[in-house]
Amino acid sequence: MIRNVILAGVGGQGLLTLAAIIGEAALSLGLHLKQSEVHGMAQRGGAVQSHLRYGDRPIHSDLIWEGTADLILALEPMEALRYLPFLSPNGIVVSNRAPFVNIPDYPEESTIHREIEALPRHRLIDAVALAKQAGSERCANMVILGAGSPFLSLPEPALLDGIRTVFASKPASVVETNIVGFRLGRAAASKPEVN
Amino acid sequence: MSIRLLLGDEALAQGALDAGISGVYAYPGTPSTEITEHVQKSDLGRSGAVRCRWSANEKTALEAALGMSYAGRRTMASMKHVGLNVAADPFVNAAISGTHGGLMINVADDPSMHSSQNEQDSRVYTDLALVPCIEPADQQEAYRTPAHALELSERHRVPVLVRLTTRLAHSRAPVTINTPRPQRPFSLPDDPDRFILLPSRARVSYERLVALQAALQQESEESPFNRFTDGPDRALGVIAAGIAHNYLMEVTDGAPNRPVLKIGQYPIPLRSLDRLFASCERVLVLEEGYPYIEAKLRGFPRRTEPTVLGRLNGALPRTGELSPAAVAAALGLPDLPRRPGSSVLSSRPPALCPGCPHADTCRAIVDALAPHRTAGRVFSDIGCYSLGALPPYRAIDTCIEMGASITMAKGAADGGLRPAVALIGDSTFTHSGMTGLLDCVTEGAPVTIVIVDNLTVAMTGGQPSAARDRLERISEGIGVDPRHIRVIEPHPKRHAEFVALLAEEIAHDGPSVVIARRECIQTARRGIRRTEGGAE
Repeated sequence: MIRNVILAGVGGQGLLTLAAIIGEAALSLGLHLKQSEVHGMAQRGGAVQSHLRYGDRPIHSDLIWEGTADLILALEPMEALRYLPFLSPNGIVVSNRAPFVNIPDYPEESTIHREIEALPRHRLIDAVALAKQAGSERCANMVILGAGSPFLSLPEPALLDGIRTVFASKPASVVETNIVGFRLGRAAASKPEVN
Repeated sequence: MSIRLLLGDEALAQGALDAGISGVYAYPGTPSTEITEHVQKSDLGRSGAVRCRWSANEKTALEAALGMSYAGRRTMASMKHVGLNVAADPFVNAAISGTHGGLMINVADDPSMHSSQNEQDSRVYTDLALVPCIEPADQQEAYRTPAHALELSERHRVPVLVRLTTRLAHSRAPVTINTPRPQRPFSLPDDPDRFILLPSRARVSYERLVALQAALQQESEESPFNRFTDGPDRALGVIAAGIAHNYLMEVTDGAPNRPVLKIGQYPIPLRSLDRLFASCERVLVLEEGYPYIEAKLRGFPRRTEPTVLGRLNGALPRTGELSPAAVAAALGLPDLPRRPGSSVLSSRPPALCPGCPHADTCRAIVDALAPHRTAGRVFSDIGCYSLGALPPYRAIDTCIEMGASITMAKGAADGGLRPAVALIGDSTFTHSGMTGLLDCVTEGAPVTIVIVDNLTVAMTGGQPSAARDRLERISEGIGVDPRHIRVIEPHPKRHAEFVALLAEEIAHDGPSVVIARRECIQTARRGIRRTEGGAE
């Protein structure tokens, strides 16, 4: 089985850190993996995405085929919607609720939330509040990772080890805050699915 | 043997380290930057055992690499596709002189222009220079490429082009790493005359290069990077080059069930091509970038003349990068069920960071030009400051290529434009702006040159700038009147002062250099973080 995950966000939100953690976790389990990233100009506050694919057999394409993503994991709700054509019929969208408004024509927030809520499977997560609860707004990306974690088909300990590996150079308190954020996100997403 | 998770760029760099290179020469450029950065971060790079500092531009990089090859060492130059334009002169002529130690030239193409001004295909350059090219399909092949390319280079004393494209350059996968081999010892060529390209000797060297083509063709026929796989469905055969092969395997679940020629080394392997053409009614060409192979196949009638399908007949989009969906459609596979795109999206282009010094410079230029109504023009080029073209700044009128700001402003001034302003970054200035400034000084051209000095190569991630602490002295040394070399900190608090300074220099009937100096907000932040880390 191969899992296809689209990570979506805005340059500077910590998207590549998420990708690195999931990648570490998959690698530690001996899985095959390909993870495509966006570098360079697009990272300057623009829309960024990462295609993450892992599984127990060799992976050919670095890019996900439209219509086959199991999960869109988004740090920003409009960016979640940008990749809907990639979502498989049974796929789920897990997104931060808070918009990142750095453009003049950002759509009405409620319209975006409504469109996500109209999807058969979705989680809209108040990542900012949960991150503050964990101790730092900067760990909102770990809250979203936690919220997406039940849908990654990776064991939780492997993901937690991934966090520890990626933040290995940081003080223990930073690692702990990120792990608390992850757990709060995971709990928030574990409520039964609506619709 | 070990397994590491590496970007395509990093896999290539690791392969080069393990193949015993003694140096890498490069100028940063997306998507090639991480090749050199991987060497810089490696033990061999950090200890100085492998030379790896950034060069001033791609031309100096490739020339230095050729010099290291002359000294008998294995080496490589790395750049993005448009960097090869800058380095085209040494590229074409190094093929004629030939090499001594193995020399590979890594070029990362950017189809779909994710971070570039065009999507030119570097394979076209191999026809100009008559050199072989390796195009790896995945990260493991990228790792294997240097050992193969450097041996090929040494066997035939010819530089080898290595072509990557964005999706391989910037995609990670586990890569199996082999035991490294030692560097080659210093040695000089025993036939040094071929490096003297005076016409009489250049003709001899060029004849050697032309005569070499048959051997390079034979290399392609036998290359492990080219592979013909037969299959039962002969109605449609497929040629898949580089990462296009991955998309083919993806959409057919690893079993295309038809004849497939995977191409990863050029010149195009003709023997396998003959087999494919002999057995198939139609042939679909899957390749990232230009229809390079496809164009060569059209109009060359072979024995059975199958119909060729690809980007030129609409089977695939003529421009932009390939995707699994595009390849599936070209193969005639049914569409997967997919959701329509959202109707409420706004585009979110990249933008200058909040607090970016370039934003202050853009605002000052716009206000300084306001009294001239719509007469003035601002010529710029490649860097984060190119984003000054977008709202809310709308501060620049042109962005063509590295260094074109100063020279275009001069030409426009020659043509009668007043005021003519150039906006160029610190690193772009030392990359290819200095010679243009010399032209301005030679003729006393009335051009106001604003150098936005953020003390780094910002757009590619904050590499050290060769311009650091040198801009005033370079400008003065080139001959700009010291009274018209001005320095200011671009900052909202100093906006009025900046506008007044620009107005004075715009009024000057000769070349001025205005250095707007404030550190990139990104590198400044990282610097702060480093300090904090040290305190903890």
